[in-house]
Amino acid sequence: MEKVIKVLEKDHIVIRFSGDSGDGMQLTGTQFAATSALFGNDISTFPDYPAEIRAPQGTIGGVSGFQLHIGQKTVYTPGDFADVLVAMNPAALRANLKTVAKNAVIIVNKDAFTAKNIEKAGYTENPLENGSLEQYKVISVPISSLTKEALSEFDIDAKTIDRSKNMFALGLTYWLFEKELTHTDSFLDKKFKKKGNIAAINKKVLRAGYNYGEATHVTANHYVIAPAKIKKGTYRTITGNEATAWGLMAATEKANLPLFCGSYPITPATDILQYLAAYKELGIKTFQAEDEIAGICTAIGASFAGNLAVTTTSGPGLALKTEAAGLAVMTELPLVIIDVQRGGPSTGLPTKTEQSDLLQAIHGRNGESPLIVMAASTPTNCFDYAYYAAKLTLEHMTPVILLTDGFIANGAEPWRIPSMDVIPEIKPRIASLDKEYQPYQRDEKTLAREWAFPGMKGLEHRIGGLEKENITGHVSHSPLNHQIMSDLRKEKVERVADSIPDQKIYGKDNAETLIVGWGGTFGHLLTAVEQLVDEGHDVALAQFNYIHPLPKNTKELFKDRKNILVCELNQGQFLEYLRGQFPHVDFKQYNKLQGLPFTVKEIKEAILNLK
Amino acid sequence: MTQQYKYTPKDFKSDQEVRWCPGCGDYGILNSVQKALASLPYPKENYAVISGIGCSSRFPYYMNTYGFHSIHGRAAAIASGVKTANPELKVIQISGDGDALAIGGNHFIHTIRRNIDITMIVFNNEIYGLTKGQYSPTSKLGKQTKTSPEGTIEKPFRVAELALGARARFFARSLDINIKLSSSIITEAIEHKSTAVIEILQNCVIFNDKTHRAFYDKENKLNNFIILEDGKRMIFGKNHDRGLRLDDNGFIEVVEIGKNGITEEDILIHDVANPNPMIHWQLADMAYPEYPVALGIIRKVEDKTYSEELEKLINAKKEKSSFKSVEDVLTSGETWEVE
Repeated sequence: MEKVIKVLEKDHIVIRFSGDSGDGMQLTGTQFAATSALFGNDISTFPDYPAEIRAPQGTIGGVSGFQLHIGQKTVYTPGDFADVLVAMNPAALRANLKTVAKNAVIIVNKDAFTAKNIEKAGYTENPLENGSLEQYKVISVPISSLTKEALSEFDIDAKTIDRSKNMFALGLTYWLFEKELTHTDSFLDKKFKKKGNIAAINKKVLRAGYNYGEATHVTANHYVIAPAKIKKGTYRTITGNEATAWGLMAATEKANLPLFCGSYPITPATDILQYLAAYKELGIKTFQAEDEIAGICTAIGASFAGNLAVTTTSGPGLALKTEAAGLAVMTELPLVIIDVQRGGPSTGLPTKTEQSDLLQAIHGRNGESPLIVMAASTPTNCFDYAYYAAKLTLEHMTPVILLTDGFIANGAEPWRIPSMDVIPEIKPRIASLDKEYQPYQRDEKTLAREWAFPGMKGLEHRIGGLEKENITGHVSHSPLNHQIMSDLRKEKVERVADSIPDQKIYGKDNAETLIVGWGGTFGHLLTAVEQLVDEGHDVALAQFNYIHPLPKNTKELFKDRKNILVCELNQGQFLEYLRGQFPHVDFKQYNKLQGLPFTVKEIKEAILNLK
Repeated sequence: MTQQYKYTPKDFKSDQEVRWCPGCGDYGILNSVQKALASLPYPKENYAVISGIGCSSRFPYYMNTYGFHSIHGRAAAIASGVKTANPELKVIQISGDGDALAIGGNHFIHTIRRNIDITMIVFNNEIYGLTKGQYSPTSKLGKQTKTSPEGTIEKPFRVAELALGARARFFARSLDINIKLSSSIITEAIEHKSTAVIEILQNCVIFNDKTHRAFYDKENKLNNFIILEDGKRMIFGKNHDRGLRLDDNGFIEVVEIGKNGITEEDILIHDVANPNPMIHWQLADMAYPEYPVALGIIRKVEDKTYSEELEKLINAKKEKSSFKSVEDVLTSGETWEVE
């Protein structure tokens, strides 16, 4: 008798694809995400991969995962716990069990559960046979052998067969979620256009996986997530790093200045340099420098020469750029420094996320060296903040550090593509050829100096790292002048507060408990706060994107609260900064330093534990 | 068409008081640069003079051009950014031996390797002057300084070897007091499309006085150095009776013309454009007193510059690509409509 498949409609669901780092899990995950997004679900994704390119096969250290959260309402995070786990080997199962929901569906590749792999994963006995997975719905499928069988008509080697087994897992998952195969079909056709029958092989295996589900009814349930109700427009999915690169590209077009990016490859920031290198037709110049210092110094040179200059890096690189960042402060040149934060100190956790570069960004230079510090908070708003970083640096003639992090940089979301027409103008402060030029003559309102660059006739001048005389820019060691110039540089950055929006509150304006976060923790904090509000708690969120200077209404926001809880993925850096700015406010803290994002669950607990 | 500009060296002097020690070799180099720029057909606003840190790095303040006095060691990187951002500019980098070869050694070799079309003038006085007398990477072995009271135990770099090792297309050497030679080299360096490295042997009158003077003393100087000229035989000496040739093993040796049957015909002809750098390398390495010190342009070969190649890539992509604006990129690839 044929079993009847019951269709369960869900609000949202979290799926994690997991396998060896060579198993193609990133590709499988991104395909599922794209198919869901095209269907109209809201999505949020997060890849989680080891620092080693090919860690030892079959070990926990070599497990590569891709988590995605799909919903019929807005989803702000890739989710805490997986409702569905695809584990291609014992190590993937073992590495992920901690973050799998109770009653989760676990699809495993039974063929990979050999004695050797079981031992490599650190199990003493086969977890599929010892009853340890009783609380889950385990679907044990001989994926490797079924893949081989499906490809019997092709004359291909064992390696090619093995490499296509991820498509079986994808096909089976598509069946489970009633997804169409069309998107992946056309993706494979395009990707392997010039690779003989590879596209056909992958499509065949994809169907084998789908049909296996259909024929055997491996589960009693199907999961369907209705399309989300989202704002009208044209959408695409985009990662944080891609959005950052595109935000800079938008700025270069709006400012009508060429873009120059001087960078040294570093995880997890390298993508930005790569994305920019791909668009030379827009006049973008990327310079892969010999080191981090040359990255920022070439950018400073390009800025001196009149380009919109950018350098991209991660924590250790920001440390190396420190002295040169001070030069940009002193010479008051526009420069965007992007730090995609990762776990530190030193080499730390290169592929894991953290928010521990905040104080380095604010203070990490010799001397009194103020600059603008801002932070993006979602993969898609990396576009906006990269754009505004460029706008502020060009209009205020002071360097900007934009902080993102490994979590939002690698995470992806659907993005409503903005029209270039509605993006605000950028007006660089370029000096006029027909007026007398003084390098340190300032705008009355912003205190920004004017920018004159080589090639502009009659405006020849000299700048440099030595203290300069106010207005003329001549070298000056005068004590009083140093005081004046230091005060001006400080005041200039503080006045940027006039050009940024007020800090927004998510939830009730006067909630008794205010959660304070900054940057990439937004999704988790907002989800926790929204859930608590739904559960009847009086709590709201202020998630900061502008760190230095802070929005002008910041002080107001902290008034008359019963509790203010500052949540960060560090040991309390924003808290320390806020305490310095508002010494009379009683801030509490909640911190985590595990290389991982917050979970919604732990944030909710932390809030409920407040007295 | 290049417009001709009529300048005199004075047009390149800024209104700032020059503050090097009296007798400093830097004055001669400043004059040489100003003289060279006055002889070239480029508008003043197209020059950018970029320096690092050190006595010599004050240089941009004394030039009435665009100038950038940056941070220690980074002049080559900043100059690379300036030139790449705007290839129309003539970029001159000023660095001392510490700036270029110690803290800035990495940028020095990589800038040359990339062949960024800038003129790099390395003021080599074999000492740290601004910090008041410590040994530098070019100080002679055994040199006694404040940080090497017993004499250094570090072997010095030779500027030429580093430059040629990084595949320099242009290398020349001059002496601070020889303004005529320096300015003609600087003129050729600016005109030559490549990273043009010029080592100027510079005298620090306070902390390393006369370090180069041994071969340049008034009495014997003509016997102790040779000014190389392209296409000419390598003949030197007070009486034009000495020359250089290759011995049976291919090494340069000094010979006397007229002795042992040696005639002018036996003397090597200098070929700056020889793609094989081996003779250039040997010439650059010649050390007094065994050999005459080689001055003048030692190597000058043609090659594509970084900016030429980059602009070519940009133009090729502009022609081929369907992306004409950022909007084209944003809406490319997979997108979907939400009604």
